[in-house]
Amino acid sequence: MMTQYQEKAVVIRREQLSADNVRLTFECPDIAAAAYPGQFVMIRVGTGNDPLLRRPFSIHQAHKEGLLQVYFKIVGRGTEMLAEVGEGAEVSILGPLGRGFRLVESPACLVGGGLGIAPLLFLARELSRLQRDCGLDTVILGGRSRSEVEPLVKDFEQFGMTVVTTTDDGSYGQRGFVTAAFSSLSLPASCAVYCCGPEPMMAGMNVLCRARGNSCQVSVESVMACGMGACLGCSKPTRGGGYVHVCVDGPVFDAEEMVWNI
Amino acid sequence: MEYLNGGVRIPDLRVDIGPLSLANPVMTASGTFGYAREFESLLNLRRLGAIIVKGISLHPRSGNPPPRIIETACGMLNAIGLQNVGVDRFIVEKIPYLGTLGVPIIVNILGDSLDEYRHITEKLSGCGTVAAIEINISCPNVKKGGVAFGADPAMAAAVTRTVREAAAVPVIVKLSPNVTDVTVIAKAVEDGGATAVSLINTLIGMAIDLKRRRPALANVCGGLSGPAIKPVALRMVYQVAQAVSIPIIGIGGIATAEDALEFMLAGATAVQIGTANFVNPRASEEVVDGIGNYVLQEKLPSVREVIGALETG
Repeated sequence: MMTQYQEKAVVIRREQLSADNVRLTFECPDIAAAAYPGQFVMIRVGTGNDPLLRRPFSIHQAHKEGLLQVYFKIVGRGTEMLAEVGEGAEVSILGPLGRGFRLVESPACLVGGGLGIAPLLFLARELSRLQRDCGLDTVILGGRSRSEVEPLVKDFEQFGMTVVTTTDDGSYGQRGFVTAAFSSLSLPASCAVYCCGPEPMMAGMNVLCRARGNSCQVSVESVMACGMGACLGCSKPTRGGGYVHVCVDGPVFDAEEMVWNI
Repeated sequence: MEYLNGGVRIPDLRVDIGPLSLANPVMTASGTFGYAREFESLLNLRRLGAIIVKGISLHPRSGNPPPRIIETACGMLNAIGLQNVGVDRFIVEKIPYLGTLGVPIIVNILGDSLDEYRHITEKLSGCGTVAAIEINISCPNVKKGGVAFGADPAMAAAVTRTVREAAAVPVIVKLSPNVTDVTVIAKAVEDGGATAVSLINTLIGMAIDLKRRRPALANVCGGLSGPAIKPVALRMVYQVAQAVSIPIIGIGGIATAEDALEFMLAGATAVQIGTANFVNPRASEEVVDGIGNYVLQEKLPSVREVIGALETG
């Protein structure tokens, strides 16, 4: 059994990366030291009974020295409250949770759409630490417009990977979706694809990867209450029949295992 | 009151559920604590009064399609669909670990017929680790056209009697609040031989996604739990305490020692922590600590002084 921690984490840095997107850095030593790329944490955004439940966030970056980052978009009351937490404030974090990415030595292609970029930064760093040549690795970062993509490019470039960017409106990088950018790259069949983003994008990546013979891991999201396999609320149907639970069986799955409705 | 060396007082938190003696009145509610192992790195499981594991049926159940849960004001709705590994796998895969904890293990059981309830009970009675059985009577009786066992006094009594006859351990009946008069069902299961009753199970509720013009849950309706239901639960525990003489285990929105003590004042001998486990995995252990502090501060000889001590004059 994996060890989890419930920590009182202190916000040491708050970055407003765009109008709606916020990055928080926590001093959170136990969870940060135990975390693995693709895992997530459950954060209590308030202290009262409303909202009641914690919110799941993928781990954007974690350092053994004790720092943990989450990167999120303000989409509802929970994220709105978390975005208002100031530097120096204390927040309860539970984690690390779930099964993360399976890191393989072959050349990597990381594909992130919108907030799906979040878990890929931690993955990029851990891949760069394997004894392998990151010059063969590619990162495709996509978003609706410039503000969703540009602020994160430097963070990925530091690991020596080739960064390709796309925006839906063409305001930054190539105009179009990450799937189109992926299609236009010539990658070896041995290339391992790691992907996180909106469901239609991951469904599209699954089709492209199957056609090209690339393995494709996806990080999926779900509403959940506990994050640790107790509430059984975060079920997803699988192609083999039955359900898996995003919190303990995932959040990372092989794309071809999942049912894609789009 | 006991004393440690150096005069440190230890609060007496022991309570009895019929022949079952608990070190303290705090249990985990079925369906909110998995099979306990999920929580082992986050709290000391050995400090709990009892552990009630996820409801078990005769055969494995895969549960409902998603979405299964939705947050509501001060609470949540769930329609998990009684997903569980089935009694045979439970005995092989889960019981050995639970047996090492040294805490009474109570198994919640569910079925669609009296035969199913009897079979599960017989299988569980064979393992020494099971300290008591809690019957979920909110399931529909397939033979009686799907009416929930818990909504009909005669059927509730029949399930209780069936399990009681097959069980070598105390039998707790978990009551549904989705009835006109919960005291009628409580009395019926008392007559059926229940050792104790636990209440309340979730309140049936609904949430709607306005944007999509669809129910928020795939199952349309779900069970409401969390702090939102605490006043209803307290009222029902209070009413049942006036109606039956068997022990009552209070459930419904309990997250703190204060919540638990209120249920005990209303007549509960013990309590279960449910939805709070999702928010704070340490909640149950913190409630044990808090009740202990209360007993010391109030200089009570034991926590049993609190049971039913509500003053209404």
